[in-house]
This record gives sequence, structure tokens and C-alpha cells, in this order.
Amino acid sequence: MAVLPRNKTREAAPEVRARNFEEVNAGFDAETAAKEAARCLNCKNPLCRKGCPVGINIPAFIAKVKEGDIMGAAAVIKRDNNLPSICGRVCPQETQCENNCILKKNGSVAIGALERFVGDYAIRHKTPVETPVRNGYRAAVVGSGPAGLSCGADLAKAGFDVTVFEAFHEPGGVLVYGIPEFRLPKSIVKAEINTLKELGVRIETNVVVGKTYTLDDLREDYDYIFLGTGAGLPMFMNIKGEGLNGVCSANEFLTRVNLMKAMEKDSATPVQRAHNVIVVGAGNVAMDAARTALRLGAEKVTIVYRRSRDEMPARREEIHHAEEEGIELKLLTNPVEVLGKDHVEGVRCIKMELGEPDERGRRRPVPVEGSEFEIPCDQLIMALGTSPNPIIKNSAPELETTSRGTVVVDEAGLTSMERVYCGGDAATGAATVILAMSAGKRAAKAIIEAAERK
Amino acid sequence: MYLIEAKRTLAENVNEYVISAPKAARNARPGQFVILRVDANGERVPFTICDINRTLGTVTILVQTVGATTAKLAMLGAGDHIADFVGPLGNPTDLTGYGKVMLVGGGIGGAVIYPQAKYLASIGKPATVVLGARNESLLMYEREMGNFASALHIMTDDGSKGGKGFVTDKVRELLSAEKYDVVMAVGPLMMMKAVCDVTKEFGVHTIVSMNSVMVDGTGMCGCCRVTVDGERKYACVDGPEFDGHLVDFDEARLRAGFYKEQEAEHMCRIRGGKR
Repeated sequence: MAVLPRNKTREAAPEVRARNFEEVNAGFDAETAAKEAARCLNCKNPLCRKGCPVGINIPAFIAKVKEGDIMGAAAVIKRDNNLPSICGRVCPQETQCENNCILKKNGSVAIGALERFVGDYAIRHKTPVETPVRNGYRAAVVGSGPAGLSCGADLAKAGFDVTVFEAFHEPGGVLVYGIPEFRLPKSIVKAEINTLKELGVRIETNVVVGKTYTLDDLREDYDYIFLGTGAGLPMFMNIKGEGLNGVCSANEFLTRVNLMKAMEKDSATPVQRAHNVIVVGAGNVAMDAARTALRLGAEKVTIVYRRSRDEMPARREEIHHAEEEGIELKLLTNPVEVLGKDHVEGVRCIKMELGEPDERGRRRPVPVEGSEFEIPCDQLIMALGTSPNPIIKNSAPELETTSRGTVVVDEAGLTSMERVYCGGDAATGAATVILAMSAGKRAAKAIIEAAERK
Repeated sequence: MYLIEAKRTLAENVNEYVISAPKAARNARPGQFVILRVDANGERVPFTICDINRTLGTVTILVQTVGATTAKLAMLGAGDHIADFVGPLGNPTDLTGYGKVMLVGGGIGGAVIYPQAKYLASIGKPATVVLGARNESLLMYEREMGNFASALHIMTDDGSKGGKGFVTDKVRELLSAEKYDVVMAVGPLMMMKAVCDVTKEFGVHTIVSMNSVMVDGTGMCGCCRVTVDGERKYACVDGPEFDGHLVDFDEARLRAGFYKEQEAEHMCRIRGGKR
């Protein structure tokens, strides 16, 4: 039997979308979703499910889509994943579920796009959630990003009285300050957070745990604590000129635009609107920063990366979108000095070549002697990753951390402190939304079990 | 929403706000700061804490009208609310380990050294205080400071109150006469730099408080980075206080002015065309 080709999602034309903040990928309509769902072979041994960090019963939800029972599909997904609209958009499905699909050679089933379709449908057709019966335990969740939200939701469903603490004035963590509107509309994040509130979860914004409350304060008031504080300080290159104006981290640039809405006329938050932007790094955050710069009106945006295309950590789809929109990739290139007097005027770079593999198996980039050259720019954005946030660790010396500063946890997410769990970037270092979510879920499960043992 | 309990105009374009923020007040200590947003479209702006009342749950800040946010804030008064107020952030000051302490405040920096003076007096180690400003009307917390300082010295640029000249003149005079273990200087960047130049000559350890541009204030965005002894530090989590002899003030000054132009444009909108 011939396999029908994978259905494509709707996308705005690159030249149009590169100048606005509207969502690039418009997803499936109902008809295409049904057609795509019909491609699923409903394998006896579904490998896709093994590729999912939270183990969603993928064939079962797709079968429901086939039947036209979209709310039923949503119920299947929500057994394992509280945030399908978000994961359907930002998960790297091509390296997870879809990579395991038996149809891979002919085009894997578009599991991500289907998940998103189901999630969005469920938001539109939502019926009020019933507040679960309380079990008498109180839980504090620190951070309202993907780890905190998924942990908080599972605990609330199990009857815990949950309070989520957020340092910013708005909940959502990296989903609101980091990932741009054109990739993840903030209305979706708001809808998911509202569901959490319906479950009876309280969200307290403007609280920095480690400062406003110490971990000991929380241990006095709550039976269990989950730390989902996310990633911390941005990395820089430690090269000359990084203190010049016009040089910033991707975190700063993206927060000004995504959370503070600096691109809107009424927003009091400033952001540099540059003509010629260089972004250093090649992860998803680098792609987000580059594409955001373009949408702020930059004439030219260049991504500089020291390794080659194969090693770029960003999702293929994001790289593809960035290139389609006119962003140039300068690969095997590494900055050695930031040029300028007061404001950045350019970057001196050196050509790199790939040498022996490093401990992770990636070929190590080595500078090519005498190959320095200069690229002009008026903004330089560093997207080089982050190191863990030091605030909680500094306020609770008994919380064991690694030499890198990440919180030490056991398999279930328990830290060295009794009743205190941790998961997501704070424990693993910078990773993906879905890994943070699965860590939040794992910790919730461990907390529920611990409470039952009491 | 956070209630403005009281507002007092201390000088032209300088207002003192007492904000009801029990959560922030609870663990707040001298030297720390808060971040506020005036309204839903507001920028996040840091202010050093000037006073704390844990019983009443209030935090006092001093605001000089210099940009869009502070202009909006200036339009509010007692009984009004601001959208967000988070803290305490940064590390508290610890001057308890020093013997003889000199506190130097320039302009509204005078208000920032006030809780230090008050705290040192409370532990029986009152500090020598030097307050400076362009003229008498711009002197901050002069009367209050008198209650807590072992000696209070006033300097004004125009001689309208106290000695005529800069705080650095008085600092030099005091250091020449007596040995101090530490100087803490808070004020405009160039004032702190000038004080550091003097104290360096005398080899007296000097602490300065960096009021860098920030977004989150919790060690996420990296906007507030300061070069200290050739190393990158973040005012929000490593500071806001640093060894003044090691701070790259020229870079800090450059970075502080980065958004001035956009700020002016936004001010223009708030004030309906006037800059």
C-alpha cells in the first residue's frame, strides 16, 4: 500500500512574516488534521511513544482524532501532558516521537502538529475544570515555567493545595520571556495558566524565593517544595569589547521584546532597533533572537557559529525558518574581539575548522591561524547558553549543588534537603521545555507518593 | 497592586515614596534594592531601599524624576497604586565588621546611605557621614541623618549650606585627619569614582553601590553587568555593592546612558510633546 505524503501545516510567506510578530506556523485545520491522523498505522509496538519524554499515548490520541473525537484526543494527551498546545509548538518532535515513526522514510506522521491541533481545540472548547478534593497537604512551586506549571498541575489534580511563586510580574517563565510570540503566542500560555488556576492553584507573582522568602520560610509553611527556577546568568565570551553598548545577551534582548513588549508603542521598555545585527550561537535561542531582530526592522541579521551546520543545536525547522526569512549563517566562524569605541561597530572573527571529536562526540572547532576578518554590525547578541541562577543556592547553603551550580537531585527529583524537590534547567542546565515538563511531572509523582506514605 | 502609603517631595524632582509591600519588607535589609513597575505598560526599574518598616510592612524609596517611569511615578501620590513591586533584591550591606566607618552620599545617594547610618547607630557604632549636593535644597535626609551620625558634614557646590565644594574635599580632609577602616560612597557614578580616587590615595577600602540598568533583577538577563577587577559581575546578584577601587566606572557610565535617546522619545509621549 502506498503511503500518502505527510501533510504540511500552513505558514505565512517568509517576506511577510519576517516583518511582523504573528505566529509563523498556523497549524492544521480540521480537515488536514483528519487526513494526517489517517496516515498513522497504529503500530502494535508504538515506537513514537518511547521517543516522548512524558510518554504520551500517541497512537491512542491520533485514533481519537481519526474518529473526529478531538476532546477525547485531548483527554488522552492530558493524562501525560498538561500543556499540549505548548509542546505541540516547541517540542523537537523530529528528534523525539517523529524520529521513531515507522513512516519516517516516507515522512513521519506529523505528531507535533496534531498535538497542537488537539491542544488548541481543547482550549477553544474548554469546559470548566472541577477543583479537585483537597488532600490536606500544602505544596509550594517555585517558578512558573514549564517545570513549575506541570508539577503544580499534577499536584493540584492530586488534591494538594498549591501555590506557585514567580519572580516576574507575569507567570510563564521562559514561555513568556524567552520564546517569541511568532513561535508561541502568549494567549496560549495564558490559557494554560488559567486552567491551572481553575484547578485551584494560586499564583503569587513578584516573589523571588531566596530573597522575598527563604527556602526555610517555605519549609515552615508548606509540606513539599518544588524548585523549577530555570536557567540563570547568560554566558558571554570573555573577549575584549563585550562591555560596549549594543552588546547584550539573547536573554536580555528577548525579555525586553517578549515579556516587556518593547516593540509596542505604549511600552515604556526600550530596546535597540539596529540595522545590522550579529547573533553569536546556533541554538533555538539564537534563532529566536535573530528572527526577533529582523522583526524589529533590522536590514541584515547574521548568525555566527564556530562549528558547522551539522552541529547546530537548534531545531531544523527553526534554522529553516530563519534562513527562509533571510538570515545569513556564517558557520565555522568565531568572534575574537568586539570592535567599537562607545558602541559596537563590528566583530573581529576567526575562521574555524573541525578537529578531533570532544567528550560528547562533537568535532572540536579549531581556529585557522591568520584567518581573522571583520564583520560590521551595530548590535551584537550573545546566545551562548546560561549558567544556573545563584540566588536560591546562596540563600540555602545546605542545598547541595554541582560544581557547575546545578541543584543535585536523585532520580525522583529530591534534593539534599528534606521535602525539597527540583527539576528542569535548575537541575540539568539549559535544556528543552519538554524535558523541564517531564522533570516537573516526575517530581510531582514522587511528592504524591511521599505524601501517601506518610 | 501596591499602595503608595505616603509621598513627600524632598526637592524639585525628588520624591520620597512609602510603599505598602509587606512581603518585600519582611526580609529587606539596608543595601538591597527593589524593582517596580508603575503600570501595565511600565518598565522594570530598580531603586535602592532607603528605609524599611517591618511592623507596618512598608519600604521607602527615593525617586528622582529623570525618565519615563519616574515621570509617571511623579504624577502619583498617597492613596494611588503601582502595578508591581518586587524585592528585596541584591545583597545587603555588611559594615558590622569594620571599626571606623565613613558614609558619603551625593545627591539622592544621601538617601541610600541613610539606612546604613541608622543601622550602624542601632548597633552602637555610629558612622561619620558626609552629605553633598549641588545646593541646599538638594540635600537628602539631612535632618534625619543628624540623629544617627557620630558627625555630620555637609558640602554644597555653591556653598548654600555647609562647606563650599565637593564631597571629595571633605573626604580628603577627614582621611588626612583620622584613620578610617572603610568608606561607603553612594551617588552619581562620577561622584563615586571621584571619591574612590581620593580613598585610593589613602589606601582605605571603599564600597560603592551600582545602580545599573536592569530588566529582571534576578540574574537572568545580564543587562546589569559591571566590570570589577577585569571580571564580569552582575549588579543584581553579585552586588549591588562592589569594591569601588576595582570598578570600571567609565564603562559603567557608558552603559548607563545607552537607552537615553529612546527614553527621551517615550517621555515626549507621556508629556504630550514636551521633552
